[in-house]
Amino acid sequence: MRLDVLRAMNAARRARRAGVMVTRLADGDQRFVEAAAFGADPLADTLDSALRMGKSAAVTVDGADYFLAVQAPAPRLTLIGAVHISQALAPMARIAGLDPTIVDPRTAFATPERFPDTPVIAEWPDEALAGAPPDRYTAVCLLTHDPKIDDPALVLALGADCFYIGALGSKKTHAKRLERMRAKGFDEAALARIHAPIGLDIGAVSPAEIAVSIIGEIVAALRRKPLRSAAGAP
Amino acid sequence: MLTREEDVLSAAEAWRYAGREVAIATVVETWGSAPRPVGSHLVIDAEGHFLGSVSGGCVEGAVVEEAADVIATGAPRMLEFGVADETAWRAGLSCGGRIRVYVEKLN
Repeated sequence: MRLDVLRAMNAARRARRAGVMVTRLADGDQRFVEAAAFGADPLADTLDSALRMGKSAAVTVDGADYFLAVQAPAPRLTLIGAVHISQALAPMARIAGLDPTIVDPRTAFATPERFPDTPVIAEWPDEALAGAPPDRYTAVCLLTHDPKIDDPALVLALGADCFYIGALGSKKTHAKRLERMRAKGFDEAALARIHAPIGLDIGAVSPAEIAVSIIGEIVAALRRKPLRSAAGAP
Repeated sequence: MLTREEDVLSAAEAWRYAGREVAIATVVETWGSAPRPVGSHLVIDAEGHFLGSVSGGCVEGAVVEEAADVIATGAPRMLEFGVADETAWRAGLSCGGRIRVYVEKLN
């Protein structure tokens, strides 16, 4: 592998841009193709389908063997609410390979002491997420029970096609939430993407158990179906 | 914390910039029950230091040995491991699967 090719791939990953490393196995010839540049590549269709499937694979095209190493951005987890559940969820998320950030404008909650190893942004969601807006490789959990804080984050998450959106609260609370989102113009297909009540039904009681149920639900959303239209992302 | 694939490739870049000779091993194909998925990496330097995993520990020793040759000659090579394979006498997968590993030098 050439160092400049590896550097291009690592740089794309840090910038959360998807792409595929193509290696011709007969002679080791290599290139890294970003998703935005698939159209100009001779293997365009093959690269597109590899990224859609999200799976690296050995393929044969016109008699030549290639290895396609798919690189999709590392999944991020944005937790709205520096609450008790988040204290359990953030470390579990890191172990599971998700990159957690906590957002809560209530400075009494959003303290480094409560979250020693996780970035905490003590601002309103629209300000906090302006620097690193959610994308299709981001999971968002709404955990504050407070529409003033949760709703702006939900609007961003729905608009960004996040692969997972979960919302804490009873069915009644969620029904009211859906009404507010309908009033903002979101259709039923968009609203159906919200997991509420949040988490798999495993009978979780404690904050840590609820965190386990949420992690399970996020992993299912990430792995069970390919991230739709990921290849079309710029 | 577990090392992610991306950490492994970032390490490969950093090692090379630091002047170390580096080989990258990648799982390119698996059959049956294989311990690590296609696309998994092991990064090896000329002193035999390594990061990452291609088999969860079963064949890493053999891959590190081959990587030393790849670093010395500069020529990539394809390795195959599995219980039914003739290399099984020195490195095999206890799970019964087979894997192909591509080893290349970082130039």
